[in-house]
Amino acid sequence: MSALEEKPLPIIPRTGPATAAKNDDDPFGRDRSGSGAGSRPGARRRRGGSGGPGRGPGWIVYGCLAAVILGSMFPLWWSFLIGSHDSTILSRDSFPLLPGGNFLENATSVIDTVPFWRATMNSIIVSTVTAVSVVFFSTLAGYAFAKLRFKGAVPLLVFVIATMAIPTQLGVVPLYQVMATLGWIGELQAVIVPGLVTAFGVFWMTQYLRQAIPDELIEAATVDGCSMIRTFWHVAMPAAKPAAAMLFLFTFVLNWTNFFWPFIVLGPQNPTLPVALQQLQAAHFVDYSLVLAGATMATVPLLILFIFAGRQLVSGIMQGAVKQ
Amino acid sequence: MVAPARAEAAVTSPRGGGPTGPTGTGRRKPRISFRHRASAWDRRYSPYLYISPFFLLFAVVGLFPLIYTAWVAVHDWDLIMGQGEFIGMENFAHILGERAFWVSLRNTLSIFILSSAPQVVVAILIAYLLDYNLRAKTFWRMGVLVPYVVTPVAVALIFSNLFGDRYGLVNSTLQAIGIDAIGWHSDVLPSHLAIATMVNFRWTGYNALIFLAAMQAVPRDLYEAAAIDGAGKVRQFISVTIPNLRPTIIFVIITSTIGGLQIFDEPRMFDQYGRGGADGQWQTMTLYLYELGWTRSDFGLASAVAVLLFLLIVAIGLVNFVITRRISSSEAKR
Repeated sequence: MSALEEKPLPIIPRTGPATAAKNDDDPFGRDRSGSGAGSRPGARRRRGGSGGPGRGPGWIVYGCLAAVILGSMFPLWWSFLIGSHDSTILSRDSFPLLPGGNFLENATSVIDTVPFWRATMNSIIVSTVTAVSVVFFSTLAGYAFAKLRFKGAVPLLVFVIATMAIPTQLGVVPLYQVMATLGWIGELQAVIVPGLVTAFGVFWMTQYLRQAIPDELIEAATVDGCSMIRTFWHVAMPAAKPAAAMLFLFTFVLNWTNFFWPFIVLGPQNPTLPVALQQLQAAHFVDYSLVLAGATMATVPLLILFIFAGRQLVSGIMQGAVKQ
Repeated sequence: MVAPARAEAAVTSPRGGGPTGPTGTGRRKPRISFRHRASAWDRRYSPYLYISPFFLLFAVVGLFPLIYTAWVAVHDWDLIMGQGEFIGMENFAHILGERAFWVSLRNTLSIFILSSAPQVVVAILIAYLLDYNLRAKTFWRMGVLVPYVVTPVAVALIFSNLFGDRYGLVNSTLQAIGIDAIGWHSDVLPSHLAIATMVNFRWTGYNALIFLAAMQAVPRDLYEAAAIDGAGKVRQFISVTIPNLRPTIIFVIITSTIGGLQIFDEPRMFDQYGRGGADGQWQTMTLYLYELGWTRSDFGLASAVAVLLFLLIVAIGLVNFVITRRISSSEAKR
C-alpha cells in the first residue's frame, strides 16, 4: 500500500495497464536518468539491436519529426505573432517574422471587450470540478466493476461501454429544456452537472484497477472487518492514483476545450473561455490581431499545464489505445 | 455504508465497557448477528451504490434527452412557447424538403472524409517515425501532442486567419509561387479543406500516439522473420506493420466517425457570422440543427435533424461494424 502511495505519478506500476509501456523500452526516460535503476532491466535488451524500426534512426527521421513538430507549433506561433502586432499588420506587403510590441495593448482590449477574467475563472472551475468528480465517481464504479462480485456486473459494464458509442450530444434540445426548467440557463452548473461522471472514466478505471489491486488485499481488508467503503478508501483509492491522474488530465482538457454545449447553455454574461473567444470574434472580426491575441491568451494556460503534465497525457493515450 | 456500522458501534460500546468475562459471550451474540447482517447488506448492495452515479446521471442527461428528442420531433415545438400540437412526420417532411438540409448533409460527409482519411495515413506515418529508437522520446511524443490541448475554437480562429481570402498567409504564399488565390471562405471544397485541416491539426498527433502504442505491441520477431526473408523496410511496413495495426485503425475510424459527424466548433468559428457561409458552403448538420433550434426557435425541426443525424451515425456505425466483422472473419480463415 505505502509503496503504491509513494510512487510519483508518472510512474505506472508494471502491474498496471501499461501494456504499451511494457513493450516500450523507455517511456519516461527513467533508464537514462538512472532513477529507475532495476525497474526494467530486460527492456532495453529486448529491443536493442533488433531489426525493424527499432534500429537507431538517422537524421532523416529526426528531420521529418522536427518538421512535424514545427508544423504543430507554427499555428500557435502565428497566433502570437499576429496577436503582438496592430491590426494593420495583415494588410502590409510582407508578413512579420518577429513578434511586435503590441501584445499587452491587444490583451487589454481583449479584457475590455469580453469578460476574459470571468471566463478564465469559469473555465478553471468547470474543468476542475468535473475532473475531480469524474475521477472520484469513476474510481468508485471502476472499483466495483473490477473487484467486487455482484449480480449483473458483466451486462452492466457492457452497457457502460456501449454508451460511449451513443452520440448523446444529439439530445441537446431536451437537455436545454431540462436546464431551462431547472432555471440553470446561463449558470455554470448547467455545464458542470452533465459532466460529473463519464462512461469513459468508468471504463478506464475498471481496466486499470483490475490489474492494480491484488484480490488478496481486498480479502484481507474484509477479513479484518473493514466495511466496503473503508476498503475502497484505503485500498482502491491509493492504488488508483496513477490512472486517476491521467483521467483527471483528460477530463480537464476535454472540459477546457469544450465549446458546443457551453455555447448553447451559457449566456454572454457568464462564458467559459471558448465561448468568450466566440464573442471576441463576433465583436472584432476585422481586427485579427485582437482576435488572435485572445486565442493566444486562451491557449497559454493549457500549454503551461502541458509542459508539466504532457508526459502523463502521452502515456495515458498510449495505454488507452492498447487496452481497447 | 459506514453509517450503520458506526451507529452500531456507538450503541454497543458502552455495553462493551460493562461486565465482561464469562457472561460476555451471551451479550455479544446479538451484536455479532447484527453486525453480520449489516456487513452482508453492505457487501451485497454497496457495489450497486458505487456504480449508481453513472447510471443515474446517464439516465438524466444522456438517455432521457435522446429519447425525448424523438418526442419533440413529432410536435410543433417552439423554443419559447414550448410544446404545441402533435404533427406526426411533418417536421421530417419539412426538413427533407429543405435544400439546406441536403447541403449540410453533403458538407458533413465531405468534411468528415477529408479529415479522417488523410489523418489516419499521416498519423500512421508519424507513429512509424516515433517508433524508431529515438533520443529524447518523450520530447518528440509530447511535441506531436501539443495541438491536442488547444481548444478547437482557438484553432479555428487561427486557421481561418491563415486561410483568409484576402490577407491570409496561405493565399499569399500561393500567389508568391504563381498560383491564383483560392476562395477559402467562398467556395465549397476549399472551405471543407480548410475546416478539415483544423480537425487534422488537432487530432493527427493524438492518433499517432495511439498507432505508436499499437506498433510497439507488434512482436519484434515478426520483423526479424521478415528481414530474414529478405523484406526491406518498406515491405516490412506494408506486410507486417499495417496488418497488425488493422484493429487499431478500425478503432480510430469508428471513434472519429461518432465525433466527426457531429462537427460544430470549427465550422461555427470559420467566419464571424457562424452560419456556415453565405450560401451554407460549410454548414454542417449540427450547425444546421443549432440554427433551426436557437436562431429560428423551432425545437421541433431541430429535433428532427437530431434524429436524422442520429440515424446517420448509427448507419455508418453499422457499416463499420459489418466491415470489421468481415475483416476479422477473413483473417480467422487464414
